[in-house]
Amino acid sequence: MEVAELLERARPVALAGQRALPVIPALTSILPGGLCRGGTLAVGSGPGATSLLLALLAGASAEGSWAALVGMPEVGPEAAASMGVDLGRLALVPDPGEQWPAVVSALLDGIDLVAVRLGGRLRLRPAEARRLAARARHQSSVLMVTGAPWPEGCDLSLDVVAGGWEGLGNGYGSLARRRVEVAVSGRRAASRRRQATLWLPDDSGRPEPIDDTLVALHP
Amino acid sequence: MRSMVVWYPDWPVVASGVVGPVAVIQANQVVVASAEARSEGVRVGQRRRQAEAVCPGLAIVGRDEDRDARAFEPLVAAVARFCPTVEVMRPGLCAFSARGPARYFGGEESLARQVAEAVDAATAVVSGTMGEGCRVGVADGPFAGTLAARRGRIVPPGATAEFLAPLSVRELGRPEFADLLGRLGVRTLGQLAALPAPQVLSRFGWEGAAVHRLARGLDERPLDARRPPEDLSVEAELDPPVDRVDTAAFVAKALADRLYAGLVKGGWRCTLVRIEAESEHGESLCRTWRHDGTFSAATLAERVRWQLDGWLTGPSRPTAGLTKLRLVPEEMVADHGTQLGFWGGMAEADRQAARVLARVQSMIGPDGVVTAVLDGGRSPTERATLIPWGDQRAPRRRPELPWPGRIPPPAPALTSAPAGSVALEDSGGRPVVVNGRAEPSGAPARFRPDRGPELTVSGWSAPWPCQERWWDPDGHRRRAWMQVAVEDGRAFLLAAEGSRWSVEAIYD
Repeated sequence: MEVAELLERARPVALAGQRALPVIPALTSILPGGLCRGGTLAVGSGPGATSLLLALLAGASAEGSWAALVGMPEVGPEAAASMGVDLGRLALVPDPGEQWPAVVSALLDGIDLVAVRLGGRLRLRPAEARRLAARARHQSSVLMVTGAPWPEGCDLSLDVVAGGWEGLGNGYGSLARRRVEVAVSGRRAASRRRQATLWLPDDSGRPEPIDDTLVALHP
Repeated sequence: MRSMVVWYPDWPVVASGVVGPVAVIQANQVVVASAEARSEGVRVGQRRRQAEAVCPGLAIVGRDEDRDARAFEPLVAAVARFCPTVEVMRPGLCAFSARGPARYFGGEESLARQVAEAVDAATAVVSGTMGEGCRVGVADGPFAGTLAARRGRIVPPGATAEFLAPLSVRELGRPEFADLLGRLGVRTLGQLAALPAPQVLSRFGWEGAAVHRLARGLDERPLDARRPPEDLSVEAELDPPVDRVDTAAFVAKALADRLYAGLVKGGWRCTLVRIEAESEHGESLCRTWRHDGTFSAATLAERVRWQLDGWLTGPSRPTAGLTKLRLVPEEMVADHGTQLGFWGGMAEADRQAARVLARVQSMIGPDGVVTAVLDGGRSPTERATLIPWGDQRAPRRRPELPWPGRIPPPAPALTSAPAGSVALEDSGGRPVVVNGRAEPSGAPARFRPDRGPELTVSGWSAPWPCQERWWDPDGHRRRAWMQVAVEDGRAFLLAAEGSRWSVEAIYD
């Protein structure tokens, strides 16, 4: 019997961890199954998009997955760390250059979450988009895009639909926490639009779910 | 096998070229100290402050293994005149098989004396000091030879086991294993050697079995070590010829990775590697490196980089750039595998990511892939340092210090925002300025970035001053920071310097 065959037999039928990447508790209400491996995911480009992107990386990063940010030279590592991303497992490719689709394709080979900011020099033809999406599917990684719409349409798209900072007055106070509403829509099982309210971040700098009943008690 | 080992005590100190009391520091701790410094009370493991306190004239040098290796190359060249197949174990320590040269140079004692003289002469050229002088030892096998060199002894053939017996198990250089043995009551190498070999193997695995062989004074080369098939060596043609260390280092990494991948495929591990290079003018260079354990891809790349550095910057550098580089695994052992840690350790995912990132580096350059480490500082860009992938992740400033005037949490998600001046106006359309006491001239009402539409301010913090390095005429900065929230839900961190406002970060 071949070794590969033996390995195949010895393996448990389905490891839940291999199917989906975990997300932080604040996002479980809108992504109940976590991030599906092999999928593509778009994060809107409005206010709060960067924080939302980092929060999406946080759950899997804390569980040992690697993440890469491509074409995002200005993302603050300190914010990423406070959102829960493990900086030891976060690779940054600030300027992937002209051959960036090849770079993204190489990253998808061994890194679970690859986030790309499109726009500017990073433009994409539909054929390349299809190729990258196929690569992600084949390697069971998650490809996340932000900045500009993905030509082919994504499996999931998340967006911050409303948000506002709290803690800042007129000439006093400082930014303390931000309440945002995040909406998710997508194809197939995710076609029903879901919405959730969360702190992004809360007073301690972490993304946390908002329990509206508690907020009503302590306005 | 009779091994002659040449050891230069405190090599990093000698390589630094500083005379007098010197301490070599890594991560704020003394790793090596010169004899003068030690006599003043400086000890390995001390913090820098403590060391400076006990020895006021102490010169501090940072740890630099590249420098150590570069300075060691002329010494290896001096030893190679006695025996061309010298094996470098690490900067400061090299070994060769003594049997042939000892006959030619009139016995082991005479050879040891001549080698020591030649090495001391080479050191005088390198550093201008004689240091403590090199020490030479002879014993059966490189491990016992190293211990003999530390004591400057020539152990007669067959007496290695007696020589090793009274020494502590700590001499094995495996602190965790020595600790375990100590708790089991095995304190000397003699006691370890007295244990039956099969039981040692079943209790401590392959590592224990190898250590047991060393303690018995046997050849450390395991029985199944064999000359590898020739096709495992890897080679790179360098076109254009390489004469700069940084370019050579990059080639070295790729080549080491290839060799390692080939070894892994065949289930081998390498303990001895020969590095060969050819220059454009046909000069050929060759040096052998030994590892006490087995080489990993990273340690292999490091040795190759050190060697290239030594060749390209040393006194006997080739007259033209290098055109060919070849790595030959000289001695290999079967890979018995490693048991992955139950908690932590390097998981398969980490190895896979490391491979991928190295590949991306080969596409866009070594600085194209970075990782971040949190750092000390006041402005958002200073709060993290970007380090090329593969380099040591160490902060540059002191993150644990309080850094008064720093930006309060939460950290902004976008830090190095496109630096551009912004206009900040009060409700009457007058520009808002900040006076010396960090008081604004009016309440900000409108905010106009460099590009894009005008935004209405919905909240703003009291500006706070931040003065940095007032004693330094060049690095001195005086700024006032202010957080501003606008109506569409975004918030900005602004800095006023002089009368100009700029966006320093965005709370996206």
